[in-house]
Amino acid sequence: MHLVPCPWCGERHESEFAYAGEKKSPRPLDAGSLADDVWIDYVIGRANPRGVTREKWWHVRGCGLMFSIERDTRSHEFVAGSAEAPR
Amino acid sequence: MQRYSIFSLLRNALSYHEGWERAWRAPELKPAYDVVIIGAGGHGLACAYYLARDHGITNVAVLERGWLGGGNTGRNTTTIRSNYLRDESIKFFDASVQLYEELSRELNINIMFSQRSQVDVIQTWPKLRDLRRRSMASELQGADYRLISTEEVYRRIPILADLQRSRLPVIGGAVQERAGVARHDAIAWGYARQADAAGVEIHQNTEVTGIARSPRGEVTGVETNRGAVRAGKVAIVVAGNTTQVAAMAELRLPIQSYNLQAFVSEPIKPVVHVQVNCPDAGMYVSQSDKGELLAGGAIDQASSFRQTPRYSVLEDAVTALIEMFPIFRRVKLMRQWGGTIEFAYDASPIISKTPVPGLYVSCGWWGGFKAIPIGGRTLAYTVARDEPHPLNAPYSLQRFDRLNFLMEPGTVTNR
Repeated sequence: MHLVPCPWCGERHESEFAYAGEKKSPRPLDAGSLADDVWIDYVIGRANPRGVTREKWWHVRGCGLMFSIERDTRSHEFVAGSAEAPR
Repeated sequence: MQRYSIFSLLRNALSYHEGWERAWRAPELKPAYDVVIIGAGGHGLACAYYLARDHGITNVAVLERGWLGGGNTGRNTTTIRSNYLRDESIKFFDASVQLYEELSRELNINIMFSQRSQVDVIQTWPKLRDLRRRSMASELQGADYRLISTEEVYRRIPILADLQRSRLPVIGGAVQERAGVARHDAIAWGYARQADAAGVEIHQNTEVTGIARSPRGEVTGVETNRGAVRAGKVAIVVAGNTTQVAAMAELRLPIQSYNLQAFVSEPIKPVVHVQVNCPDAGMYVSQSDKGELLAGGAIDQASSFRQTPRYSVLEDAVTALIEMFPIFRRVKLMRQWGGTIEFAYDASPIISKTPVPGLYVSCGWWGGFKAIPIGGRTLAYTVARDEPHPLNAPYSLQRFDRLNFLMEPGTVTNR
């Protein structure tokens, strides 16, 4: 069993959550004026690190909160206290 | 090179099998090669073999961090099939099945390719529509993938549970007759042995720690834990860890790694004679020649380099297995393991030259075992001629420059 620390509900079973990908920088507001390669890297680029990375998780079968949290891709352990939710 | 045959087996039996020569050499690492291949898995070794056979390039080193064939080549469920969706993919993977059919003779090693067919068990109408579309695409390309009736599914898999009164009854099936399984070690060893005989050097326990480049950006060689090696061409064939190795040349790829697990049961008498794929239940199973049930399920939901199973995912796959085959409910599991698969953004592989001159990459494999012969052959063509073979041209890295995706939705692994 793998528990995901939801900032609102506390630790809940992972089957309640959906992984929503790497946490990326905010979407560029002026996408039309970007160079093609910069925009394409924003759309499909992946850091895919071997180690701790910040990701988006969605408590879709729970409170519905979308939050970001750090996780180690080598062990799947979440970094305690790293969850951040939009206010 | 010693040929393997019934006669060599008998001759060596007389000397208690102590006279077999080494299958490949363990030479000293030279300071320079024409081509360096990073990764001695199936694809890397096949690439080395076809570089020598098709292009006469034999001054080649295959560098492997661990042991030969010990990565995903030794961790997959050895399914070989070509029932893909896109025209380009069906052509590519069907060419691979055809190469597999000749591979035992070609490599002089018994790869135990058993074309026992794959049967897809369909339990939902959307999946039936999806596989009907697939079967039509296959028919256009001459691959033998077709729909079958529910009665035919039960005729081919007599021990399948009677699900007709359950929530998800079997509503049909699909079959590819030429699909099969093969012995993964034999494929790695066969390619290694033939490549070695042609002059290629295989260096195990040789970890690449850096990729050397000239001031103009061209690849000039690699750094390893055994010293620097010069090479004009370097191929990265390390699916699972491509992001990390490509970063050594400041190359960023649209790749994400995931953990996929599989497990085998204790050996039992032959009960399943085909490979069974249950996309709606989320499980696939085949029975090995030793009698073990070899099964797997979905990937871990978040990206991962874990390479070990996780109980929650294993439980889902076992639950699906028992639901489809209640007679397995008291069978014990012997081993379970995980491997790192890769998805490119559009889920099609990448076999391509890169923006870094002299650097080539074969990655994005989430079912790469079935593609070893054709993947190695087209990568060798790309490395030798610096341009893609017609079969891997659709899998170039340049497709992402214009977001020309080759979307390839999968079966269980990538659903």
